[in-house]
Amino acid sequence: MGRAGETRVRGPLFSWSTRSGRARIAQAVLLAALFAAGAWLWNNTRANLAARQIHSGFGFLREPAGFAIGEGLVPYSPTDSYLWAFAAGVGNTLRVAACGIALATFLGIIVGVGRLSRNALVRWLCTGYVEVLRNVPLIVQLFAWYLAATEILPEAASPVELAPHVYLSKEGLQFPTPVWARGWGFALAGLGLGILCALALSRWARGRRERTGRRPRGLWLGLLAAAALPIAGWVAGGAPRALDVPEVTAFNVSGGTGVTPEFLALLIGLATFTSAYIAEIVRSGILAVPHGQTEAAEALGLSRHQVLRLVVFPQALRVIIPPLTSQFLNLTKNSSLAVAIGFPDLVSIANTAINQNGQALECIVLIMSVYLTINLATALAMGVYNRRAALVER
Amino acid sequence: MPLAAEGATPAPDSPRAPPRCARGPGAWLRANLFANVPSAVATLLLAAALVRVLPAAVRWLVTDAVYSPDYAACRALDYRAACWGFVAQKYRLILFGRYPYADQWRPLAATLLVVVALLVTAHPRSWRRWLWPAWVVILAVFLLLMGGGAFGLSRVEPGLWGGLPLTVLLTLVGMAASIPIGIVLAVGRRSHLPLARAASALYIEMVRGVPLITVLFVASFVFPLLLPMGLRLDVLTRVVLGITFFQAAYMAEVVRGGLQALPRGQYEAAISVGLTWWQAQRKVILPQALTLVIPSFVNSLLSTFMDTSLVTVVSMYDLTGALRLALGDPQWRHFFLEGYLFIAAVYFTSCLAMSRYSAWLEHRLGSWARRPEALRA
Amino acid sequence: MRLSRKTAVLFVVTLATSSAPVTARAGKTLDEVKQRGQVVCGVNTSAPGFSAADSEGRWVGMDVDLCRSVAAAVLGDGSKVKFVPLNSQQRFAALQSGEIDILSRNTTWSLTRDASLGIVFTGGINYYDGQGFMVPKKLKIDSAKKLRGATVCVQSGTTSEKNVTEYFAANGIKYKSVVFDTAEAIQAAFFAGRCQALTTDMSDLAGARTHASNPGDYVVLPEVISKEPLGPAVRRGDDEWFQVVRWSFYATLEAEELGLTQANADKLRAESKDPAIQRMLGVGEDTGKLLGLDKEWTYRIVKQVGNYGESFERNMGPKTPIGLPRGVNKLWTQGGLQYAPPLR
Repeated sequence: MGRAGETRVRGPLFSWSTRSGRARIAQAVLLAALFAAGAWLWNNTRANLAARQIHSGFGFLREPAGFAIGEGLVPYSPTDSYLWAFAAGVGNTLRVAACGIALATFLGIIVGVGRLSRNALVRWLCTGYVEVLRNVPLIVQLFAWYLAATEILPEAASPVELAPHVYLSKEGLQFPTPVWARGWGFALAGLGLGILCALALSRWARGRRERTGRRPRGLWLGLLAAAALPIAGWVAGGAPRALDVPEVTAFNVSGGTGVTPEFLALLIGLATFTSAYIAEIVRSGILAVPHGQTEAAEALGLSRHQVLRLVVFPQALRVIIPPLTSQFLNLTKNSSLAVAIGFPDLVSIANTAINQNGQALECIVLIMSVYLTINLATALAMGVYNRRAALVER
Repeated sequence: MPLAAEGATPAPDSPRAPPRCARGPGAWLRANLFANVPSAVATLLLAAALVRVLPAAVRWLVTDAVYSPDYAACRALDYRAACWGFVAQKYRLILFGRYPYADQWRPLAATLLVVVALLVTAHPRSWRRWLWPAWVVILAVFLLLMGGGAFGLSRVEPGLWGGLPLTVLLTLVGMAASIPIGIVLAVGRRSHLPLARAASALYIEMVRGVPLITVLFVASFVFPLLLPMGLRLDVLTRVVLGITFFQAAYMAEVVRGGLQALPRGQYEAAISVGLTWWQAQRKVILPQALTLVIPSFVNSLLSTFMDTSLVTVVSMYDLTGALRLALGDPQWRHFFLEGYLFIAAVYFTSCLAMSRYSAWLEHRLGSWARRPEALRA
Repeated sequence: MRLSRKTAVLFVVTLATSSAPVTARAGKTLDEVKQRGQVVCGVNTSAPGFSAADSEGRWVGMDVDLCRSVAAAVLGDGSKVKFVPLNSQQRFAALQSGEIDILSRNTTWSLTRDASLGIVFTGGINYYDGQGFMVPKKLKIDSAKKLRGATVCVQSGTTSEKNVTEYFAANGIKYKSVVFDTAEAIQAAFFAGRCQALTTDMSDLAGARTHASNPGDYVVLPEVISKEPLGPAVRRGDDEWFQVVRWSFYATLEAEELGLTQANADKLRAESKDPAIQRMLGVGEDTGKLLGLDKEWTYRIVKQVGNYGESFERNMGPKTPIGLPRGVNKLWTQGGLQYAPPLR
């Protein structure tokens, strides 16, 4: 506790009699202890590595990996380097995390609002959903989903056809994708442009409404026009219609693009598990909005649906977003359980690499730095959001 | 309403029907199930779906199921009903892992001892001074029962421990060992020494940012490298250490929340009475802060309990791993659903009990927190 | 005295670690084993024919017999072995760290493993194997080259993974792979129909087939796509222990060559005039003292475990459910590859 008016003490830096001197002594001791511990661990590691004749260093990342990876967006073949294999793993992790977050948020909001429903049956079902999914460990749920997928789905040679040329079997879900051509590139560019236009249009419309109190007319036409840009791009590129279609062969379904049952099981397991937590967060967020807000909105004549959409939800969002972000991070970390069901995510590929070349330390350092980077990026984004949200508040 | 003439009694209103009863089953149904048209439609649809699904589920699970460990009867069912015979046949493997068959009374006794101790500890009336030493004794007895080697019990090495006792052991020792480390980290993070703050914050953020599986891999592959050349720790100890270090970071955040909730006046009053910083922490700050976060402790216990199921990835046979071991039998492999339902039921009841207890405790301690004098143990 | 929390935790942690003896392992494994009175042997979690625990928890298999012969030679009793089941990820780490003394876990001897993992293979190959494929009969495939577009189940961290990649690349065949970390998981996935082919060592395929509900529905394809010499490994830098393990295995081959079996060991010990047989049965020249063992080390191996042929017949011969022929594992005198240097 700083005593007011205390003059700057002259004398030795590490004096036991002054508070700041004691603080410096304590920190010096702590630093020395940490260094000593670190040096001891480092020495042990070097001695053990030398005794076991394990190579160390990150040079192995340039060597060819030699193992196949079952699926992924990143094009990979076994002659690619270990570094590329890790990149493929990160790609798979991000793929399942992105799809999982989208699905979990969607389910979580529905179930969370459902728990506050006036209808008792809906309330009970949602409560049952949340309680069951939160109280069973995720890995048990993943195993159950995966076994259900491999045992219950039909054999690959005789899949069930969900839609024309969309096949579901033990091999996974396979669907036709367009063969890449210039027209699709233009369509994608048009899509990007169209989204930007739509965003700009809605911002302008909102500003107009706040200034003049009236929604601009013809707004929908404008938005539609913006959405028509991708179609225009597709037509401009020659309207390619070639599709890579999955066909049933003697063994299985080949062609088209597919997602494996490992991916499906992981996705469904992660999404349902996280949606239970998100439902609780949404519910507590909605409950955190003072009831007076709802009463005032209803007194103004808004319907129950409008109250929820225009008054309660925007205010609840401020309470919901921080824990929601930590749930998204949890989902990304939980995707590491993929190693248990054979989905080739980052941890699974690092596991294989450790078994092939024995360099456990380097591989684990790589995995941890990827996860810490994802964490840091999300924390920074959250910080930006928090500052903006705080500015908005009066 | 027209004003009555002075002195005249107002004319009685025309008779109206009595108001709708706001209580009773009819009113409840109207309010909860048929409040408006969308609600009524939802009720009808869901009720129709439940009527289709529930009786079939009950038949599959209970009525038509086979309960005896009769493989032929189970195969004859052809998945039309549950084969609980799988559980009847393999429950000892699932619950106790590869523990020697004849000695399985020991893990059973050890688990029951811990469950009884937990039930006794649950009630705040038992939070006295003797509780901590009692728990140390209970854990020592648990390890003695499981490991043996004394009092005429044959030695069973930790590699063979498995099933529910292993889950309980990992949870309890992980929690118990992570609490002191977490307290040190939390106090360090709020310390006035910049180095202590930085070191604690670095550790906590790094450990909270990585998945538990990476920590288990570190325990499994990296710990043997970090130990001096002659020292060897078996897998169980390494995994316990990994879980401890992982949980300590989360515990630190929980304790830090408690420390932040405490008014600064407590610390200032303690200093003004003449206590040193350490004495203030030990006698004034920490007891209050820890009591404030007891419900969060229970939540941490719950999440540690669920996280122990991950050790199956490093080939330890806790409850989940033991079930996978039991499913390795090619005969009974097809009845995986019954097995997973069984362990899901075990996890569900324990976790539900713990979370309900945590809510009850929070409700009960809520009034305690507002009356500091009642915190004297 | 009130027990502080920290002391209590220390107490508990000490109890928990009380099972781990602190020992030095700077190359004196033989002394350690003699002092401990037990050989710690790393085996497979379940590989029928090589190392598997039966329903009473007793371990049987060829790898198990190898460890038992080392125990019989060093400690006098082949039952003084502790078996540590390991999956394919833990096996090398367990040997490197000193958790086990011998890795006898149907492990392929390869250059990378010999040179870069801190372990060394003793040179005795207890099974010359190769990698193959197993497919369901109903797919009507008769050759691995017809597996174009198929999904193949393979275990991660094994030579099988690399071999199958190279084989299909060399033959220009596109395939999809499903990878798990345990043999049980890939077998379960294969029998559930997740993949159309299972690839691992031929002996493993035969053992895996015994796990199917209808073994007759599956067929092993004729192609052998790699060499898989399976043998035991020990830590690098301990020549004494290396020699003991190596020569214990060769003793079983020499015993079969000389016609010594468990049944006739005592009789021949009393009656035989052949110096080679006398040496093997402990009544002739003492070869044991050169290895740090006693005179009767080979006699105990023959008496307690049997010769190589007996071990093979017992564990994976034609009369067992696995039913593998001796094939290239016959003695060199019968046209096979098993050849022991002279124990002299």
